[in-house]
Order: sequence, then structure tokens, then C-alpha cells
Amino acid sequence: MTFDVARVRADFPILEREVNGHPLVYLDSANTSQKPRQVLEAMREHNERHNGNVSRSVHTLGTEATTAYEEARAKIAAFINAGTPDEIVFVKNSTEALNLIAHSAGQMLALKPGDEIVISEMEHHSNIVPWQLLCERTGATLRWFGITDDGRLDLAHLAELVNERTKLVSVVHMSNTLGTINDVSQIVARAREVGALVALDCSQSVPHLPVDVRGLGVDFIAFTGHKMLGPTGIGVLWGRFELLAKMPPFLGGGSMIETVTMARTTYAAPPARFEAGTPPIAEAIGLGAAVDYLSALGMEAIHQHEQDITAYALKTLSDVPGVRIFGPATPEGRGGTLSFAVDGVHPHDVGQILDAIGVEVRVGHHCAKPTCARFGVPAMTRASFYLYTTTDEIDALARGLDQVRKVFG
Amino acid sequence: MMLDALYQEIILDHYKHPHGRGLRDPFDGEAHHVNPTCGDEITVRVASDFSDISYDGLGCSISQASASVLHELLVGHSAAEIAPIHEAFVELMQGRGQVEPDEEVLGDAVAFAGVAKFPARVKCALLPWMAFKDAAARAGVDVGVSPEVKA
Repeated sequence: MTFDVARVRADFPILEREVNGHPLVYLDSANTSQKPRQVLEAMREHNERHNGNVSRSVHTLGTEATTAYEEARAKIAAFINAGTPDEIVFVKNSTEALNLIAHSAGQMLALKPGDEIVISEMEHHSNIVPWQLLCERTGATLRWFGITDDGRLDLAHLAELVNERTKLVSVVHMSNTLGTINDVSQIVARAREVGALVALDCSQSVPHLPVDVRGLGVDFIAFTGHKMLGPTGIGVLWGRFELLAKMPPFLGGGSMIETVTMARTTYAAPPARFEAGTPPIAEAIGLGAAVDYLSALGMEAIHQHEQDITAYALKTLSDVPGVRIFGPATPEGRGGTLSFAVDGVHPHDVGQILDAIGVEVRVGHHCAKPTCARFGVPAMTRASFYLYTTTDEIDALARGLDQVRKVFG
Repeated sequence: MMLDALYQEIILDHYKHPHGRGLRDPFDGEAHHVNPTCGDEITVRVASDFSDISYDGLGCSISQASASVLHELLVGHSAAEIAPIHEAFVELMQGRGQVEPDEEVLGDAVAFAGVAKFPARVKCALLPWMAFKDAAARAGVDVGVSPEVKA
């Protein structure tokens, strides 16, 4: 294999630790990923040597901080093939990015009763609730795509669901529970026919596969730093510049203004218009370092590694008696996020027993209760992989599941 | 191993063979509680004289076994008898593993002593007990002071 997973792992200090007397087997990267030394170093270096506030200081530290912050923006723009760094808005996380779209694009669209927003049953709560709130505020109607039995978006009623009344479609690029990677080309084409905007929740895709916003042809994407080797507290909204330029602000305050009098305010151009207040500076710089790290390895190579791991995991888990996998059963069109049920055992109990042997998985509804409901379960166990995941770790998971069956058998 | 403290044989027995499970009529008070972080759910019904306590739910072994133990311990007792048991169980669960349970009072519920060492699971064990307290209140019966449930 050309992808040297051992060398990658050596960059992640946390992977050396033990949990409950066993080597850590971290299978929860869809929840939050681990950070390499390079990211931790970049943040430490910033805080130790260059800390100052951005976009407002004439002094050297402030200038250095501003330069580093804007360099991070440029790196992220290049990473997703954005037209210009000004299309990158730094936010707290994907949730804030999606709320920003719902709020500001919602206002720009002047939604009213009779208008429709379309989402899907596969969404994380962060791509459901902001749209419910928007519909409550405006009287617009929320509609959604269903999920097929094999865990794909059900596009059978696309032409009816996305129609002349549709103003915006917001769907997930890669499901955080089923692992499905959605080919959104049909949705985008239909949205264009009826003049609707398209937003894509890329929280799970940007960290794991090459994403080209111009290639996708969408209007907005949202993603978060901590799922792609970066720190918490930093996320990204990408939007087409001409749309951002037309959108009203989300939060008001410092940095987002052009001029302020006691009577009225005019707003700065994007992205500053949407970055009120002092941003998470060290975190943005950390995310820039994470993007450098991912780019040096190559997103295509990372994706291929995860495809190999996923194929191995699908095979290994299907050999464990009593395990039922949700979502696509083959690696095609799916990423390295694998949710499953263990017959007769509640996911919390599965997770607890796995933790006792150092295997860290996520259990629960994964902030996607409608997806769980679609498959008739209140909760799932989810193992999710990343560039540092090994086949040995999948074997450890399988051994853990044998242990689960022993305790509950 | 730490896990043995959590998954006591008694707990697994109650999980696999629950006592008094299933919602029954008649009843005087009903409460439905959900653990918002994990989605575990329970519905508890009580007769005001506690001649029956019935329940149904979806959840992990800890929450479901806890409901079964609650049924076994409390059904047929008076409010005055129930209050100290309820209080002792809540105290045990919030004791971070430092409280020595009294088997005279708690019966099979002493098996939950180990759960108190797993902060993430304390809410699972308390879920049926909080729902029970609410259901009793709706039946017009007070079974003791409302404890503060910490995450």
C-alpha cells in the first residue's frame, strides 16, 4: 500500500495512549477527529509568539495575527476550490453555518406562506432545526426527501418535491449515520430548473474526500474544523460571492460594519459582514494547518485508504453473528462511517463494553433521530474511520463485539 | 474489571427477564420521560395506592433493569414506605461510587452501586425513578423531595 498509515499515526500523540488498560482504538472520528502534532504546534506557536487581535491593530503582533488568519482563509479556499478567499466565512461550526444560511439567505429570499424549503430525512439535526425555525418565522413549508431501504436518498419524487414553489434545498453530502455519499447532481440540476438555491452540509465529506465546490455547482456548503484534524470552535461557510454580497448580516457587532452612526449602520462586504466580533483566531490558524496536513497527503489518497478500511470493516462486521449494518452494504458511494445494531443489545451497552477494551465508538441517535426512526431503531452504534484507522483496529472492534455477545448472550 | 461493577448479574437478569413490564389499566397517574442525550424513553403508570406500577420503555440494559427493580421494590407499598427507598436510590446514584448501599432498604437495587461510578450512565438508571415520581405526583401522591439530577 502506498498510503503509509504507520507514518501518519506517528503524527498523532493521542494514538499512543491506553484506555482502560488497552491500546486506544479510536473509531469516533465522525464525531470529532484527533489532531496531529503539526496542528497543535501551529496553534501553540501562534499563541506563544504572535497573539494579537485581527483586522484592527496597527502593531506588529496584530499584523502577524491578521496575516496568519487570512492565510488560513486562503488555504481553505484553495482546499475546496472556491473562487476567492472572500467566499470563506469563518463561523463556530457547521451548525452556525447552516443557521447563518437559514437566517440570512432566508431573509434575502423574503420567504412567505406558499414558498417551500426541501431537506431530507437523512439530515443531522443541525440541517433540520434551522429550517423548521425559518418556516415557523415565515410561514413557508418544509418538505423532505425520504431514504430508501439501502440507505440512499429517495429521489423518486424529485420533480414533485422540488418545484416552482421551492426556494432552497439543503441536503447532506455524506450522512453522519449511514455513511452514504449523496450524488447531488440530479438535485442541483432540478433546483436550477426551478430557480431554487442549493446548500450542502459537507461536515462529513470535506474531511474525507476531495470536495470541489465549483464542480458540485451548489450555492453554499457548511463544514467544521474539528472533524478534519483541526480544533473545535472553528467552522466554515462557503457561499458564492454574488449571493453572500446580497445577503443581510446574521449577527451584528464589531468587524462586520462599514460605518456606524447612532441612526444607522452600513455593512462590510463579505466575508467580514458575517464575522461579527473577535473570531476564533488560533483555531482558524489551526484549521489552516490541518488543511496543509491533509493536502500534503492528498485527499484522493486519504479517501482511498478509507475506502479500503471500509471494505474491510463491512466484510468483518458482516461475519459477526447478530450484527445488522444500516446504510449501503458495499463501499461504493459510501464513506467510512458505519452504523450497526447488535441483535438484542442496546447500543449504550455495546459502547460501554467496547470502551472497557479501549474501543471508542459513538452510540445513540447521532443527532439524526429521523434517520434512526426511518430504520425503526431509537439508537445505533457507529464506528467511523479516518486516515489513521488500521485493519487491526477493525479486528479489535470485532473482538469487542464477540465480548458484547458473551455478556448479553 | 471495572465493567463487572456496571453489568452485575442482577442487572442483566432484570434486563433479560423484567418484572411487571407492560402498561396496564386502571391507573391514576402516568408520566413519559425521555433522556434527550441518548433517546432512551420510559412511560410509567401508577395507581394512587401503588397497588400497581406498570411501565414500558425503550433503552439500554441499565435503564430497563432499573425500571424492573423499581417495580419489584415499590409495588404494593405505601407512599410513606416508598419515599425513603426512592431517596436512598437517588442518593446512591448521585454518590459517585462513594455511597455504601443498604440492602435492607434497596434490595436488588444495591446492584446499581457500580453504575454510580459511570457518570454517563447515572441518568439511565434514574430515568424510571424520575418518571415514577412524576406519575405519582400526577396521581396526587408525593413520594418525597425532588432531587436535583446532575448530568
